Amino acid sequence: MAVMTYREALNMALREEMRRDGRVFVIGEEVGLYEGAYKVTQGLLKEFGPRRVVDTPICESGFTGVGIGAAMVGLRPVVEMMTFNFAIIALDQIVNTAAKLHYMSGGQFNVPIVIRGPGGPAAQLAAQHSQSMETYFYHVPGLKVVRPTTPMDAKGLLKSSIRDDNPVIFIESETLYPVKGEVPEDPDFVIPLGKAVVRREGKDVTVIAYMGMMYRAMEVAEDLAKEGLSVELVDPRTLRPMDTETIIGSVRKTHRLVVVEAGAGFAGMGSEIASFVTEQAFDDLDAPVERVTGANAPMPYARNLEKLKTPSKDKIAAAVRRVCGANGG
Amino acid sequence: MPRTVLEPRFHLEHLSILDSEGHLDTALEPKLSPEELKSLYRAMVLGRRLDERMVRLQRQGRIGTFAPIKGQEASQMGSAFALRPTDWMVPSFREAAAMVWRGWPIEKLLLFFAGYVEGGQPAPGQRDLPITIPVATQLPHAVGLAYAAQYRGDDAVVMVFFGDGATSEGDFHEALNFAGVWQVPVVFVCQNNQWAISVPLKKQTHSKTIAQKALAYGVPGVQVDGNDILAVYAAAREAVDRARAADGPTLIECVTYRLGMHTTADDPTKYRSEEEVKMWEQKDPLTRFTAYLKERNLLDPGLEQQVDDEIGEAVRRFEATPPADPRTVFDHVYAEMPPHLRAQREELARRLEEAGTPPPPEPAAAPPRATPMRGQRLTRR
Ligand SMILES: Cc1ncc(C[n+]2csc(CCOP(=O)(O)OP(=O)(O)O)c2C)c(N)n1
Ligand SMILES: [Mg+2]
Repeated sequence: MAVMTYREALNMALREEMRRDGRVFVIGEEVGLYEGAYKVTQGLLKEFGPRRVVDTPICESGFTGVGIGAAMVGLRPVVEMMTFNFAIIALDQIVNTAAKLHYMSGGQFNVPIVIRGPGGPAAQLAAQHSQSMETYFYHVPGLKVVRPTTPMDAKGLLKSSIRDDNPVIFIESETLYPVKGEVPEDPDFVIPLGKAVVRREGKDVTVIAYMGMMYRAMEVAEDLAKEGLSVELVDPRTLRPMDTETIIGSVRKTHRLVVVEAGAGFAGMGSEIASFVTEQAFDDLDAPVERVTGANAPMPYARNLEKLKTPSKDKIAAAVRRVCGANGG
Repeated sequence: MPRTVLEPRFHLEHLSILDSEGHLDTALEPKLSPEELKSLYRAMVLGRRLDERMVRLQRQGRIGTFAPIKGQEASQMGSAFALRPTDWMVPSFREAAAMVWRGWPIEKLLLFFAGYVEGGQPAPGQRDLPITIPVATQLPHAVGLAYAAQYRGDDAVVMVFFGDGATSEGDFHEALNFAGVWQVPVVFVCQNNQWAISVPLKKQTHSKTIAQKALAYGVPGVQVDGNDILAVYAAAREAVDRARAADGPTLIECVTYRLGMHTTADDPTKYRSEEEVKMWEQKDPLTRFTAYLKERNLLDPGLEQQVDDEIGEAVRRFEATPPADPRTVFDHVYAEMPPHLRAQREELARRLEEAGTPPPPEPAAAPPRATPMRGQRLTRR
């Protein structure tokens, strides 16, 4: 184990996979000489050269399409979106080709591409740069969608995503890049896609969260522990395919569920989780599932409004108390 | 400060070798052997007869909507004929003749338009992508294929087809820009058939030619008489050779005409005149090439019957295919079957069994892949 930042963990994953497999290459805007808008590709051009660390013109649809073409014939491109908000320009390539080609060619062509970059709320990036883009992608059969919360997950999940034979949407976070944590240095360390993790064991209520919201929920759990509430924290890590088993297992244990998400709530991740938990574990629930989501509005630019728009510790704690019938607490 | 003319001056050619009056420019005539000329002709006749047969099959409700190629046989066959089997062909949706020439069995094409997933599977080892429906999205893929070829030191050339309407899409421009910057081995073939459904070329672009759009990207562009098989072949030969020699991409604009409907769901009399269609019928690529071959004594009298028999056989095989198995809707969504899809597949299989449907086949195993870019030298770039 070494302590490193989330950014360094991603860089390590890329470097290890590029050393391991000559088919892996990185492509995107500013990934080479500039080493990435958020420096995730630091040092890669120097080690691997311009054939494998490819700076492109500014054209998200074009370079995603180029990556898809290269993936169809067996290369393993890692496409960097400067931020995931710009991936909407490439939505047709991702949804209509990357996600469909294996299906429509009866398994003749697959698209082992990773599309990665930061997304979600950050610090005053405003309405067009702060969107929780995973919602655009997890609706699409054929895509896998990953949101890694910790440096260790960032490394282990990125390596699995690169090795995966399907198109993987891998959304990082501007605010998590400098976060430090323990990361295995073993180049064989991977975390399988589709596996959730219980970040904190508890017995009274299950809280599901990922990315920045997980860190916030963790603080809430520690605070509530002082009030005698035992919170179990589950991080799905992969949003599609989702590890429903771990989530249902936790709900069967605690009988209460709160889902926290940074994005707007309507048709969000919480809606889907509430729905399958109701279908599969209704009799185990002692209270209605609660969702704590961002407000249903674009992200405001002003710092105070941005803070109001995203789920706060207070809101999370209030929801947990509500499902536990501890309103006064 | 004076105004100065910038270098380089742009250079654009129109190429025509055999015109509709039968005039032949012998200096430009490509050197094709009698066998090559005959197989080209056969592929064009097959394309035409298959097209006519498919329209009838569609009208009878035996296949779904498709995009007929009538009138565009020369522009697609002249281009595809310049490829080796180890090159890649990336079609749009109006290249049936070229696809069959490249090795798509006719019954697979029919299966495709009847909705069978098998219709989208090229034969193992065949270097062709399946039909693309979203307009122009296949152009960046072609650049990606070419980048992969370059990456692995494979000398494959990629040829990508699209229409005049597709040149208004962003993906067309992004792909040409990439190909220019990277100098990858791609040949862009625009079948300018004058119409994008009901939108005529002059409403699609204010440019005088489509070929000139390449020049802005530092890529050579050439306009050819797309109904002149010799001219199309000559231009394609040159572009393919240049790409293979690592001299970069080319845009070829084939000026042709869609003699039939946009798709079988379209009625072109609603938006274009009969005179216009008649005028283009005079320039039919097959008539012209037939006359050329007749003069050289290369016409095989039994050809049409032979071709019809081949099509008839394929139609019989197509019609003998049982209906698609409902359980297969879950196959191939992912490279492996995730638990939630397996559960749904099993549930459906159980219900079908209860309803007396025969037992489920195992999830269809994918046939060997058509991704044969392996084991080549690693050179360049
Ligand atoms: C992205 C996209 N937009 C619209 C359509 C609907 N559409 C199908 S074909 C077509 C016209 C294409 O014209 P052109 O590129 O000239 O090709 P042609 O049909 O003439 O061969 C349109 C608009 C589509 N398939 N994809
Ligand atoms: Mg057209």
